[in-house]
Amino acid sequence: MTSIGLPHFLIVGAALFALGMVTVVTRRNAVGILMGVELILNAANVNFVAFNHYVEGPGKITGQVFSIFVIVLAAAEAAVGLAIVLAIYQTFRTIDVRETDLLRE
Amino acid sequence: MEHNEAIANAIQVGWLWLIPAFPLLGAALNALLGARLQKRYGKRAVHAIAVGAMVLSCAVAEIAFWKMVFAHHPQERFFEDHLWTMWQSGSLKVDLSFGLDPLGMLMTMIVTHVATLIHVYSIGYMADEPAYWRFFFWLNLFVFSMLLLVMGSNFVVMFFGWEGVGLCSYGLIAFWYEDLEKAKAGMKAFVVNRFGDFGFIIGLFVLFWSLAGAWAPQTNRWVPVRGLAGAVRGTSPDLPRVSPSGVPLGQTVEFRELRNQIADESTGVAEHLKEMTFWGVPVLALICILLFVGAAGKSAQIPLYVWLPDAMAGPTPVSALIHAATMVTAGVYMVARLNFLFALSPIAMTVVATVGCLTAIFAASIGFFQYDIKKVLAYSTVSQLGFMFIGVGVGAYWAGIFHLMTHAFFKACLFLGSGSVILACHHEQDMRKMGGLREYTPITRWTYLAACVTIAGFPVASAFYSKDEILWKAFTARGLVAPWIGPAIYLVGTIAALGTSFYMFRSYYMTFTGKYRGGEGHEAKETEEDPHSVAAHAHAAAADRSFDVVAAAAQVAEAALPHEHGGGMHGAAPVVHDEAHHGGVPHESPKSMTYVLIALAAASVLAGFVFGWPAAWGGHGPLLEQWLAPSLPAQEIVPFAHAERSTELLFQFMGGILVAGAGWFAAWTLYAENRSPVPGRLRAAFPRAWALVFNKYYVDELYQATVVRGSLLLSRAMYWVDQNLIDGLVNFMGWLGRTVAYLDAAFDKYVVDGAVNGLGSLTWNSGRALRRVQTGHIQSYLYGALGGAIAFVIIQYVIR
Repeated sequence: MTSIGLPHFLIVGAALFALGMVTVVTRRNAVGILMGVELILNAANVNFVAFNHYVEGPGKITGQVFSIFVIVLAAAEAAVGLAIVLAIYQTFRTIDVRETDLLRE
Repeated sequence: MEHNEAIANAIQVGWLWLIPAFPLLGAALNALLGARLQKRYGKRAVHAIAVGAMVLSCAVAEIAFWKMVFAHHPQERFFEDHLWTMWQSGSLKVDLSFGLDPLGMLMTMIVTHVATLIHVYSIGYMADEPAYWRFFFWLNLFVFSMLLLVMGSNFVVMFFGWEGVGLCSYGLIAFWYEDLEKAKAGMKAFVVNRFGDFGFIIGLFVLFWSLAGAWAPQTNRWVPVRGLAGAVRGTSPDLPRVSPSGVPLGQTVEFRELRNQIADESTGVAEHLKEMTFWGVPVLALICILLFVGAAGKSAQIPLYVWLPDAMAGPTPVSALIHAATMVTAGVYMVARLNFLFALSPIAMTVVATVGCLTAIFAASIGFFQYDIKKVLAYSTVSQLGFMFIGVGVGAYWAGIFHLMTHAFFKACLFLGSGSVILACHHEQDMRKMGGLREYTPITRWTYLAACVTIAGFPVASAFYSKDEILWKAFTARGLVAPWIGPAIYLVGTIAALGTSFYMFRSYYMTFTGKYRGGEGHEAKETEEDPHSVAAHAHAAAADRSFDVVAAAAQVAEAALPHEHGGGMHGAAPVVHDEAHHGGVPHESPKSMTYVLIALAAASVLAGFVFGWPAAWGGHGPLLEQWLAPSLPAQEIVPFAHAERSTELLFQFMGGILVAGAGWFAAWTLYAENRSPVPGRLRAAFPRAWALVFNKYYVDELYQATVVRGSLLLSRAMYWVDQNLIDGLVNFMGWLGRTVAYLDAAFDKYVVDGAVNGLGSLTWNSGRALRRVQTGHIQSYLYGALGGAIAFVIIQYVIR
């Protein structure tokens, strides 16, 4: 039985990214899109942590610090994003991104 | 630098410009303020300005004259006053500079002094003229121009004066411009003079052209190079172009430099000019003849003399000043001034002398039968100018100038005397209506007689010395193309002198002897069978009318100026002009006029033996010849035959006593006291010959038929050409321009505008098409971004 190595983590990260990307691209609900963004960010976090462990070495924490920053950023981004979604809802009475096409043409 | 006797070096004199400046100032004052001054202060203010300017000018001329007289060496008698360079172009450098050499000094003295006398005379003669200020303006301007002419140290300043005197002559001949005949006469004088001026200026151009050349490097000798730029061959351009004797070389318009170049043999200019030909024509003869055409125009020689008799339409003082004493002698002066040039060309000398000789006899013969006293004097002037040209033509330059000087005195005296007579007879110029004036106008009569004796050439008076010197020199002249031409000229000239004596005494006897015929109406002894009397009367009547107008205007003017009456200008005998018609008693002229007459008569009698005591009579030769010698270097070059002193005395006796006496005797027998029936009978016997001479050989009619009509025909032909060819061409060009413009407009409209609009609509349409891409759906943009990223990755793989 082979031990779990870097590629496994990267595969998990890539899968998470792909799922997040698909969510962002396909969801019509703005909140769903925000959730997809969270998935993408977490895919990045997985990669940071994995690279930190396997490339930098066990004693290093650079990747972890990056992950912490990304988590903080994600929280902030979620707050701002939800505020935007609320503003969209107040304007359009919906959060379907298909309806919010005022910048068309 | 070796000294050369033939070279003339000038002394700079800084105040010569004052001589012409004063008349110019006077003219300017009278032109700008004259009319106002005349209205406010009367005519006295006007003539005070004009005469004052002349007196000042005279004074400065006197200073220059005495300075010249007391110069130690004849070579020191060259004064120059260089004011500034007017323009410079290539090798042409034209200065505004005045030069006085003995010749120019003599002319300046004659011009200033005679002009002053005539200004004074005009005060009396023009007293009734309303446009008094205009007359004095022109008179002063004329003196200024004439002084430019005689004092200019180069051709260009001389030419300015030359044109200026022509203009003033025009302005003064046509002074009474309301009379069409007089206006026409002014125009004629101007146009005929233009012919001459054209010759003059072309001659000047050819001369300047022919002087072009280069200087050999070592010898500094002149090498002819065609063209207008005189280059120094083979040396640096800053080489001083100076001959071994210190003569500046190169093209020049300065008289003195030209004279020095020709006089200095080391320059080679004289030889070059003699040898140079242009298409087989000797260039020097061409230059001289062209310049002589100018002289013939100004000095009224055949064939350009026709303007001078008509110029008598001007006021009589003008005739005396311009058309006898000064302006018409400009041509003679110019030939004498360029004596060094003319002396090099026997052809030119022969042309000058022959034309002068023919003019002398031709004009004298016309003078025989004229009845207008001023016309007689006019033809006499033409004839005397012919004598002067004989003088300067055969190489006796000083004699020509001497005759010019004596002529200035006696002809001015005659003209002013005739003016006095005309005034005495209430503006009557026809001698048939005069007669017996010796009782009424004694001073005029004696001065006129003195001048007649002078012009006839009796040995006491001055024209004897000048005219006989000219004829004697013509007889011995050997500088012409053939040795027999000189004696031939002598023969013709002697006949002309005989004629001169005849017609002058005829005019004297008709005017002053017999009984006064002015009061008898229009019947005179000679008019009865006169085929032209009707025309003559019509003309006289027309003249009367014009004078009536003038007199009436004068009365109006005088009424406005009551303080003018009894002014000092009228002298002790105020002119009575209330009756401007025939029948009044003739009266003597005011003192301002008679004093001038006396002065001129004295000068004309005395000037002869003072200045022209012949060498054949012992002594040191004529004073004037010695005086003029520095100005006339050619005097030494021109060859004359050697003759015994006794021969010369014999010729003088023949010319002075026999010829003048014969002329006088003929006039006396035919015209004294107006009692001889012979003239009338002679005319009846040869009516056709008489009519031919009386009508001046129909030369005016000939010119009318050829030159004037030719010009008119030419102008009409040119009009046709203008109307049809030139206008057609112009219109075609217009049409062509319009068509091209039309095509251009179409091109602009369809091609250029199409391109611009096409570009605009292309942008517009592509924008319209492309804006559909902007859906506003954020997810479709994301699809794009994703697709782009995937495509990028795939391409990366494929290219790798």
